[in-house]
Amino acid sequence: MDLLRFITAGSVDDGKSTLIGRLLYDSKSIMVDQLQALEKQTKNKQLGEIDLALLTDGLRAEREQGITIDVAYKYFATPKRKFIIADAPGHIQYTRNMVTGASTADLAIILIDARNGVVEQTRRHSIISSLLHIPHVVVAVNKMDLVDYSQDVFNNIVIDYAEVARSLGLKEVTYIPISAVHGDNIVEKSEKLGWYEGPSLLHFLEEVEIQKDINLTDARFPVQYVIRPQTDELHDYRGYAGKIISGIYRKGDAVTVQPSGIQSKIQRIELGGKEVEEAFAPQSVIIHLEDDIDISRGDVIVRSDNQPKVSQELEVFLCWMDNKPLTTGNKYLLQINSRVVRSVVKNIEYKLDVNTLQKEYGVSTAGLNDIIKASIKTASPVPYDAYQQLRENGGAILIDETSHVTVGACMIQ
Amino acid sequence: MSKYRLDYLDHLESEAIHIMREVAGQFERPALLFSGGKDSITLVHLALKAFRPGKFPFPLVHIDTGHNFPEALEFRDRLVDEIGERLIVRKVEDTIKAKNLTEPKGKFASRNALQTYTLLDTIEEFKFDACIGGARRDEEKARAKERIFSVRDEFGQWDPKLQRPELWNIYNGKIHKGENVRVFPISNWTELDVWNYIRREKIALPSIYFAHERDVIEHEGQLVAVSDFIKLDDTDVVVRKKVRYRTVGDMTCTAAVESQATSIDDIINEITATKTSERGETRIDDKVSEAAMEDRKKNGYF
Repeated sequence: MDLLRFITAGSVDDGKSTLIGRLLYDSKSIMVDQLQALEKQTKNKQLGEIDLALLTDGLRAEREQGITIDVAYKYFATPKRKFIIADAPGHIQYTRNMVTGASTADLAIILIDARNGVVEQTRRHSIISSLLHIPHVVVAVNKMDLVDYSQDVFNNIVIDYAEVARSLGLKEVTYIPISAVHGDNIVEKSEKLGWYEGPSLLHFLEEVEIQKDINLTDARFPVQYVIRPQTDELHDYRGYAGKIISGIYRKGDAVTVQPSGIQSKIQRIELGGKEVEEAFAPQSVIIHLEDDIDISRGDVIVRSDNQPKVSQELEVFLCWMDNKPLTTGNKYLLQINSRVVRSVVKNIEYKLDVNTLQKEYGVSTAGLNDIIKASIKTASPVPYDAYQQLRENGGAILIDETSHVTVGACMIQ
Repeated sequence: MSKYRLDYLDHLESEAIHIMREVAGQFERPALLFSGGKDSITLVHLALKAFRPGKFPFPLVHIDTGHNFPEALEFRDRLVDEIGERLIVRKVEDTIKAKNLTEPKGKFASRNALQTYTLLDTIEEFKFDACIGGARRDEEKARAKERIFSVRDEFGQWDPKLQRPELWNIYNGKIHKGENVRVFPISNWTELDVWNYIRREKIALPSIYFAHERDVIEHEGQLVAVSDFIKLDDTDVVVRKKVRYRTVGDMTCTAAVESQATSIDDIINEITATKTSERGETRIDDKVSEAAMEDRKKNGYF
């Protein structure tokens, strides 16, 4: 059994909460006591069926306002897979939440209301999915019941969206007509959509191939912590603890420590206390090198035949996440995996309109939820890979030095 | 490439180890909050995988309400002895005396809420800057929205609206003096994941997790163990039943479930077949209000 993380993008109006509720309900992940609580609330609100959307309402503050303010994580499993859903609100003022949820997603479900077709919000969610480089996209055309389950309506939306996907370079796109409220094509294939030949949504989520999304070529190992027991019997023990974020490491591999560039060889690898011949992403291991060299947290051990870029000048797409605006010249801490360096945002090249992809030049500030192209200079060299090639080593956050808040998400180009 | 395919439990394990090592790498004075329940026992197992052959970079801290199951305390002491790590125990009883707090009254007078005072005092006493806990997002609605690194102010308070965005696998543990971070390495695990992991790793648990005979009373559909800590009324009928615990909290606020399960396999079968959530079935303190957990967390609870 493996693990699929996906994000659902859409607003309450698209039936996103109902869809999630339906997936949880139909996969029998909802318990009796949770259903009872739901029934109670539904009665308070309106009559009729249980409101599955309520399952995803988290905090009281949200229930009072009838909105979602933050990313909520939901879990369910089938005999084939464990699923983690990042449920992010879809409105433009929550771009940062969608970016957050998308950063770890293997797949995005983009919901389209069959009555409305491709709208501004659809483009926004697609642009974010593309920027965050989510490997798979499912376009779920919802509310098919309200358009008489019409094949023509569905086909027209597919044609429209294919244009969006093409312009953004989204490759793995799958289209599924559904009705979340009635459960059509969610778990079982619906007779009312007999003309549709593909799998149901859940079936697709169970079968989509995600193993190939793990990069086993570019070996990257950021050191998190150095283990030195310094006891009598383990006097010379010096192990570098971390998670292999990509690639494969074998005993005897020639490696380079970045950013220092010092070379050595892998003496041994420990996984859960046992010595292994090789280890691979995303395993957490301890690596020992043959030479006694100075390595500390934030260094990256890479295979010598496959090097990352090392630079103090970074070109990034940056999603601004703070109420305080970003102004050119501002200094922040930049954190990439376990490495933290001081940095300055030198220049904003342009601001990207997340609804239209249009570029606005000549700007010097960015506000909450803005996405900009910018150049950053760091106080010391940073080993990184282009985000589009290796997500695991191309994403970085900016931290405000005084408030300590995470204020920006960088996709390094 | 199937050789390089990992089971979902390996993914969850590696994520949890990564988070623990981030704590070790980012903080000066971390701690692991240990309750004696299966989730915190799982955390100890993960810490062994993360840091052996080195020592843990943190002590285990138990906030003792004085209403514990004796089996859980025995287990705690045996485990600490086996792994040779440091254990700090601070008692709610002492906080009540020192601060003149009012003991809650009523049939199941629970010290669960008072625990927060002792926890905050302990954090202050040892100047802990990070506390690792075994909370999971599947447990409860408010937990579903909490970050893995959850920053608390000087009063231990959680503000759901001011949470830091948490992207990729990058954890921002920067804090001001006096603040601390609660860290939840098994956020993404479900109850069943924990049990499957316990089975796979052959992790030992306190005996009360397995079916045993016990005197209980039935209260609003829940089975509560008879102990010195609860008041019996004339109307209560004490019955002897074969039960097990799905969670281990205080004797006053944790309910038992009827069970015949004597092995981990049996327990997993029962949980797979059950129709009630873990908290719904076993926590007496969550029913008070729909936002009970949200409120407690805002006040510094885990």
